[in-house]
Amino acid sequence: MRNSVILAALAAAGLVAGTAQAQELAYSQVERGRYLVTAGNCAACHTDMENDGTPFAGGRGLDTPFGVIYSRNLTPDEETGIGLWSRDDFYRAMNEGVNREGQQLYPAFPYTYFTIMPREDVDAVYDYLRTLEPVRAEIPENELPLPLRFRPAVAGWKMLFFEDREFVPDPAQSDAWNRGRYLVDGPTHCGACHTGKNLLGGDREAEYLRGGTLENWFAPNIRGGENGGLAQWEIGDIVEFLRDGRARHTAPMQRMGEVVGLSTQHMTQEDLEAIAIYLKSLNDEPPQAADPITEDRVAAGRSIFFDECAACHAADGSGVPYIFAPLDGSNKLTAEDPSTVIRIILEGAQAVPTEAALGPLAMPAFDWKLSDEQIADVVSYLRQAWSNNAIAVSASDVADMRSYLEEH
Amino acid sequence: MVTRLPDVDVVLVGFGWTGAIMAQKLTDAGMEVLALERGPWRDTPTHFPTTFAQDELRYYWRHGMFQEASQETLTFRNNRSQMALPMRRWGSFLPGNGVGGSGVHWNGQTFRFLPSDFVARSHNEERYGPLPEDMTVQDYGVTYEELEPHFDYFEKICGISGEAGNVNGEIIAGGNPFEGQRSDHYPCPPLQMTFSQDRFAASARNLGLHPFPGPAANLSQAYTNPLGMQLAPCTYCGFCEKFGCGNYSKSSPQTTIIPALMRRNNFALRTNAEVLSIERTPDGAMATGVTYVDAQGELYFQPAGMVILCAYQLQNTRLMLLSGIGAPYDPQTGQGVVGKNYCYQVMSSVDVFFEEEYTNEFVGAGALGMVVDDYNGDNFDHSGLGFIGGGYIACWTTNARPIETHPVPEGVPTWGSAWKKSVRENFLKSTSVGLHGASMAHRSNYVDLDPTYKDRWGRPLLRMTYDFTLNDRRLTAHITPVVKDIARGMGGREIKVNNRRGSYDSMPYQTTHNTGGTIMGTSPADSVVNRYCQSWDVPNLFVTGAGLFPQNAGYNPTDTVAALAYWSADAIVNQYLRAEGPLVQP
Amino acid sequence: MAPVMSRRAALKGLIMTTTALALPGVVLGREYGRGAGVPWEPGAADIPYYGTRDEGFLTEAELTTVRAIAARIIPSDEDGPGAAEADVVTFIDRQLAGFYGRGQHWYMQGPFHEGLSTQGYQSEHPPAQLYRLALPELDTYCDAQYGSRFSSLSEANQDAVLTGLDEEEITFETVSAKTFFDLIVENTIEGFFADPIYGGNRDMIGWRYVGFPGARYDYRDFVGHNGARIDLPPVSLMGGPHWTRQ
Repeated sequence: MRNSVILAALAAAGLVAGTAQAQELAYSQVERGRYLVTAGNCAACHTDMENDGTPFAGGRGLDTPFGVIYSRNLTPDEETGIGLWSRDDFYRAMNEGVNREGQQLYPAFPYTYFTIMPREDVDAVYDYLRTLEPVRAEIPENELPLPLRFRPAVAGWKMLFFEDREFVPDPAQSDAWNRGRYLVDGPTHCGACHTGKNLLGGDREAEYLRGGTLENWFAPNIRGGENGGLAQWEIGDIVEFLRDGRARHTAPMQRMGEVVGLSTQHMTQEDLEAIAIYLKSLNDEPPQAADPITEDRVAAGRSIFFDECAACHAADGSGVPYIFAPLDGSNKLTAEDPSTVIRIILEGAQAVPTEAALGPLAMPAFDWKLSDEQIADVVSYLRQAWSNNAIAVSASDVADMRSYLEEH
Repeated sequence: MVTRLPDVDVVLVGFGWTGAIMAQKLTDAGMEVLALERGPWRDTPTHFPTTFAQDELRYYWRHGMFQEASQETLTFRNNRSQMALPMRRWGSFLPGNGVGGSGVHWNGQTFRFLPSDFVARSHNEERYGPLPEDMTVQDYGVTYEELEPHFDYFEKICGISGEAGNVNGEIIAGGNPFEGQRSDHYPCPPLQMTFSQDRFAASARNLGLHPFPGPAANLSQAYTNPLGMQLAPCTYCGFCEKFGCGNYSKSSPQTTIIPALMRRNNFALRTNAEVLSIERTPDGAMATGVTYVDAQGELYFQPAGMVILCAYQLQNTRLMLLSGIGAPYDPQTGQGVVGKNYCYQVMSSVDVFFEEEYTNEFVGAGALGMVVDDYNGDNFDHSGLGFIGGGYIACWTTNARPIETHPVPEGVPTWGSAWKKSVRENFLKSTSVGLHGASMAHRSNYVDLDPTYKDRWGRPLLRMTYDFTLNDRRLTAHITPVVKDIARGMGGREIKVNNRRGSYDSMPYQTTHNTGGTIMGTSPADSVVNRYCQSWDVPNLFVTGAGLFPQNAGYNPTDTVAALAYWSADAIVNQYLRAEGPLVQP
Repeated sequence: MAPVMSRRAALKGLIMTTTALALPGVVLGREYGRGAGVPWEPGAADIPYYGTRDEGFLTEAELTTVRAIAARIIPSDEDGPGAAEADVVTFIDRQLAGFYGRGQHWYMQGPFHEGLSTQGYQSEHPPAQLYRLALPELDTYCDAQYGSRFSSLSEANQDAVLTGLDEEEITFETVSAKTFFDLIVENTIEGFFADPIYGGNRDMIGWRYVGFPGARYDYRDFVGHNGARIDLPPVSLMGGPHWTRQ
């Protein structure tokens, strides 16, 4: 009995090692595809996480401003998956946003990013997906308002916000920079969360990587140059964050935790450095100076911070680097849109456990003990404490998030 | 009806420190390990976060993290002439319950026993002649030197904060010069001491004693352990013992081992699963698994290749007795082994009251203290004293939780205006110096099954027959004056001596250091398990915990409990798995 | 029965190995591990039980007596507030209405015997019932001795009666007077010093009186106090007045 257990354990270890080696054995088409699927974090959307779904069998409901869209089954099941799809069918979906039946795909599937991927990369992804065990998995109907259920409507959207283009390297920049830009704008599709969207859900070019809202989380500004959200992060900090899930400044939690846990921790050091080099090259406009909050709010906010938050974040806001986020200079805290910080205070958050840092450090929920006004005061105080200078938040901002969370 | 479940390689009964340690080492070796925990799941952000962990009423006085007496208690009497009655609510000690066990709500005082503690009989008899006949003190069968690597490893798992006194034979100033030789320093520097410790250390030095910082599982700085677990610096909040730590700054199974286990495919944990008995083959020679009951009252048989008892000392002993494994100890004949040598801890203290200075003891940590070891173990000459063993003397500043802390000088009433005023005057201005003394085994102190009282499943409760012994009284009578001298030298207005008086009282909280009952040793005639903690009777049954101690030393037990668990796990992996059977031939 | 794997187990499994997980075939009760990592849910918190909130156990007459007893155990006097200002009686009333009063976590199986002093609480009655039986006996005693119920006695006479209980000079018929006295002393002290969420220690008055700064969690900046007073306002688990805009 024990022997079989040991064999099973070894087999599992072999699989893990295989994943790691895949990054080096890029010349193998399937391995290359597996790596791209990991970098693209396909499993995150194409697995029904809430219901213990089989990886890649789809069915995860994506909560968009327009309604709930359910991800498709990527396993090669002929009826419910992509078993009947040819290489060309798959390329067309990735490159043009059109399915095998010629129907328009909703851009919740980020083909607006994948379109820059060269054919050989897309083929590699296809070849890897063909190696998955076919799983029969019916996908629920999307929950969309009437006009959007009409797929040809998407064609009009694409005319406005989609451009079928290939990646063109900038010869003035280094290979690493170009590789980083390719990854950010293509497979890893960072802008899907970190770029602001217009009312129709299209990327606003002027908001490129300046932060965006998704499922009531605000994905912060990740421009790394002067005035950017990551201006105080070194290249090594960004790499640590993406590779280890722990960095001096903060740890990935919740949605970004999924990204690091499923995707970036398995990427190569070279690729993570390339991403960091590219992000560090993006400057930003200086932020607008915020009006200081009133003294009574400062006093209340400071008291709450000192009594409730200092146990981890330290009375001077310096935190414990790599464990508890320093709040002086935190881009999560001072983000233009305070959704994330309000949400984390209300319901807590867990730093993603990774291969490098497997402790599940978590911030507890405060929804049961702090009122809307108290959260607004402590957040506003912190957004203007030390070197921070961000606009205040109001009790109604907190109330809105509280009612959103109660409904979801 | 009993449902038979699929086989596992190893079943662990209980999931605190030793369960986590066994699971770590045995899953490392590729075994499929299942832990059965009687209590609930517990983790930091859900069950004891900084937002509500510091609730004195809930966690201490209403026993929020402990075993409920209604689940299981024990009966108690001071001697065999009395009728044992149930401890209807807990008092003198507080058994843990739930994932992480007492490792969640301990103070974190992490001492190694002295080398001589492991050979208490042979060492003392060699130096002082034969022990009295009724002192059933024994050698452990394992030596300090054999355990040293395991002490060292556990201290690194925890990130213990301390100052070594003897590293590879080199005596280091500021550490404990009496300690056994260490292979390495503590992983973290000592905690920052506060006013009371400074006064204690100065006074002790004036008396020619050797104060050193108490080794603490409260982290003095951020630390990452060998399993990659991150621990944060302690914030001196004063809510350690009886409380979970909200900011990952106290070593516990949750902060040091469990998350690593939870990621392993060959580890599983079932909560609310109370083991009722260890099952054996018809000839009784081998364990086949355990029977347990779940929260719904359903019975299950969990077959396993090995059974390891990782519950608290009281439950491990009771489970052996209920399962009929090993001969129950009989105090009249001195025969039998299970339940033998129940020991505890022998304490006295001296309170110090200051006039001007504030001690502010609410600024504290579970193991924030300065310690003197000059009167522990055999660190001093016992010739002509009429007792063996000793204890450490310490000034800990663990807390000033106000339901618990009412320091009042001699002669103040216990309620009313005078009491109230005195509490106010002294609450912020007092501290205490304690003697934490050894408890030597005595023929008449033991545990067995109660003939009258039953648990909710109709099984007999454990019965404790225990009182302080002549050795205990002489020990405290000899050392308490030293405690007094140190206390007097701390510069306070007055002191109050709390001597060890009268019989053991099961109600006022003293300490949860219950030991013995499943003792280890060199012969099946006088011990339950061999030097590898393997049952003499059933070779695929191993036992962990302080029940292994043949008698209790003058230290807190956790470091030694953990080192013994790593030692035993090592023997299982490197010896037992290669050749299943007894590791020691009787 | 709860599911074998946590809701997010599949995700955790993926994060760990990027390989698919096999679901165990049988549901065996709450099970953890098997690669699923430590479970975590947004908003999950085992928050305080607040005693039993507004539920009470005692009758008006009983409340009056308990209030009077508590006021002698921790009197209001020139040195500062007592059980009355701290509203200890509300604390006790709520505690008696909850699991504590019912003795739900205590071992309450018979047979019952009068124990030795080293054997602790041996009453067959859980705390709430003990109060219910002891309070009328106390008034009966006071009536016989002084011609009025306990709450109407002078403070000096009240103290004399309580001393009689404490020193076992007064006994009751149905329950041990000493057990009752020890319990109400314990509960009064709890009600004076427990977090205000449980109904007593109103406005943290007990904490202010002795100088305890309450449910704080970080004294790193104060460890080096070196014998000086530390001035911090007390804070409850639900905060304090300084958390609100003034």
